[in-house]
Amino acid sequence: MIFRSALAAVIACAALLGVAAPTVATAQPQVGSTISSGVVEPLPIAVPAFTGAGRGGEIAQVIAGNLERSGLFKTIDPGAFPERNLDIAVQPTFDAWKRINAQALVNGHVTVEGDGRLRVDFRLWDVFSGEQLLGLQFTSTPENWRRVAHKISDAVYERMTGEKGYFDSRIVFVAESGPRDNRIKRLMIMDQDGANPSSLTDGSYIVMTPRFSSTSQEITYMALRPTGSAIYLFNIETARQETLGRFPGMVFAPRFSPDGNRVAYSVERGGNSDIWIMNLTSRAQSKLTSDPGIDTSPSFSPDGSRIVFNSDRGGSPQLYIMGSDGSGARRISRGGGIYTTPVWSPTGDFIAFTKQQGGQFHIGVMRPDGSDERILTTSYLDEGPTWAPNGRVLMFFRETRGGAPRLWTVDITGRILRPAPYQGSGSDPAWSPLLN
Amino acid sequence: MSFDVKRAGKLALVLAAAASLAACASTKPLPEPGPGPGSPPGPGTGYQPAPGGGPVDSRALPGSTQDFVINVGDFVYFDLDSYDIRSDAMSVLDAQAAWLNRYPAVQIRVEGNCDERGTREYNLALGARRANAVRDYLVRRGVSSGRISTLSWGKERPIDPGTGEAAWSRNRNGHTVIIAGAR
Repeated sequence: MIFRSALAAVIACAALLGVAAPTVATAQPQVGSTISSGVVEPLPIAVPAFTGAGRGGEIAQVIAGNLERSGLFKTIDPGAFPERNLDIAVQPTFDAWKRINAQALVNGHVTVEGDGRLRVDFRLWDVFSGEQLLGLQFTSTPENWRRVAHKISDAVYERMTGEKGYFDSRIVFVAESGPRDNRIKRLMIMDQDGANPSSLTDGSYIVMTPRFSSTSQEITYMALRPTGSAIYLFNIETARQETLGRFPGMVFAPRFSPDGNRVAYSVERGGNSDIWIMNLTSRAQSKLTSDPGIDTSPSFSPDGSRIVFNSDRGGSPQLYIMGSDGSGARRISRGGGIYTTPVWSPTGDFIAFTKQQGGQFHIGVMRPDGSDERILTTSYLDEGPTWAPNGRVLMFFRETRGGAPRLWTVDITGRILRPAPYQGSGSDPAWSPLLN
Repeated sequence: MSFDVKRAGKLALVLAAAASLAACASTKPLPEPGPGPGSPPGPGTGYQPAPGGGPVDSRALPGSTQDFVINVGDFVYFDLDSYDIRSDAMSVLDAQAAWLNRYPAVQIRVEGNCDERGTREYNLALGARRANAVRDYLVRRGVSSGRISTLSWGKERPIDPGTGEAAWSRNRNGHTVIIAGAR
């Protein structure tokens, strides 16, 4: 009867969404029905400081922070731990950990190798059965210690939930400062947990809607100046930036194809916005829509064959799907209200969107055929969802009335809603794929 | 030349204040003040006011950016999620076109703006529609299209930082900005 509650929680979520239950690792027992009244009970987990050569305490804190923020785990206060300095080579005293109701335990050891590289060994234990669920070793440069902690977090999350992790990833977003009528907007990048924030642009012009490539450490984004708009490719590793062509009017809403070889975007001409696509190798452009309505916010299906987009061709902004050659556009949003900013999930099973209805803004998800719409959030202004690489968590931005925007996360059940771990004002988040 | 909206706005206020003071002075002539009943006559100073005084009038230099902003009006407003030119906007745009036809060296950029009750990408597209609706109107009134560029700020540059319907209705606008050629 190990990890019953966490597994039950995850599978209950999956059932609520009508998706197939996640693939549970073979060692897991069958799941009992311990969830009552639909409340997700997070799984109690202990992550004591790793032993060995430095940073062991910080590594444990990063892991605990990741697991706690996911909402699927409850990390136990280190003050309650029955033993410390757990030797990685020796089994923990499971009875003592049972008494504080820890259901899972992560311990580890940090070694600096002869060549100066950092090695971290860790184990994940089922406290009630005494079974070792994971025993892994990561080696990297000492500067990469946080990434090692994120990799361990991903391994634990995947073993316990059956879903891939999303912790070894980054967020590009727009950091905002200044008054509402003259905001300064800078592109920033940070780790998924808010660490290592760093500015990519200097705030001398407005930046909007950064989007990650799913195949490289590259983003595309839009800049807006009094002289006009531009879309860029920006390589985060090399800081190399290039402009994507010259356009007759406004150009905006760029987004990569899943293979990273193309970018779809909107171009406005004479007041009418249509969706175009550019081959990044040949720079050849072709027009995908030619409708008098606004066509914007294109987002590819993970196999690249289809594009979901936003159009008001039917009278109000709604979501449509077409082939990635522009063929066969049809409306998928049917719930009433205004739908914008569609984003296809990396796992392909959902499309996230912003919805306006009754004076409120919502983040929601629906199936690619428009069925099974679920509203996850409600506020004065929620906008611009982006998917975590595992397709189970969304980040978006929320603005209170008259306030500054902040980054938030919500899971696809809508139950785990919380501010993202960035203290400043931010908007337009874009979640990276998992790092290598 | 570049054009500073805030400074022009302040100037407009000063001029408006001056105009209202002048209006008060001309419409409400007061009788000469005389000595009150029972008050003693003051001592003589020997001062003689110079003849020919009176107020100094000021106005925007004709053909200047200030002239356009104050005497014509540089903003027109739109209904919710609409880019139709309203009837109250037509008189402003007619005046803009007449002014622009009088000063043919002037180049303008029409900027479309949206309220915050929409999402960013859609609002960029909507702002572009508004800018182009203003541009098309001015062209129909004889302004050469080569003198007009357009830009959408989406919801990025509200003129009113408030959050009620009054603020939103001001932030749904087309803004005619003089970018060159004013006197």
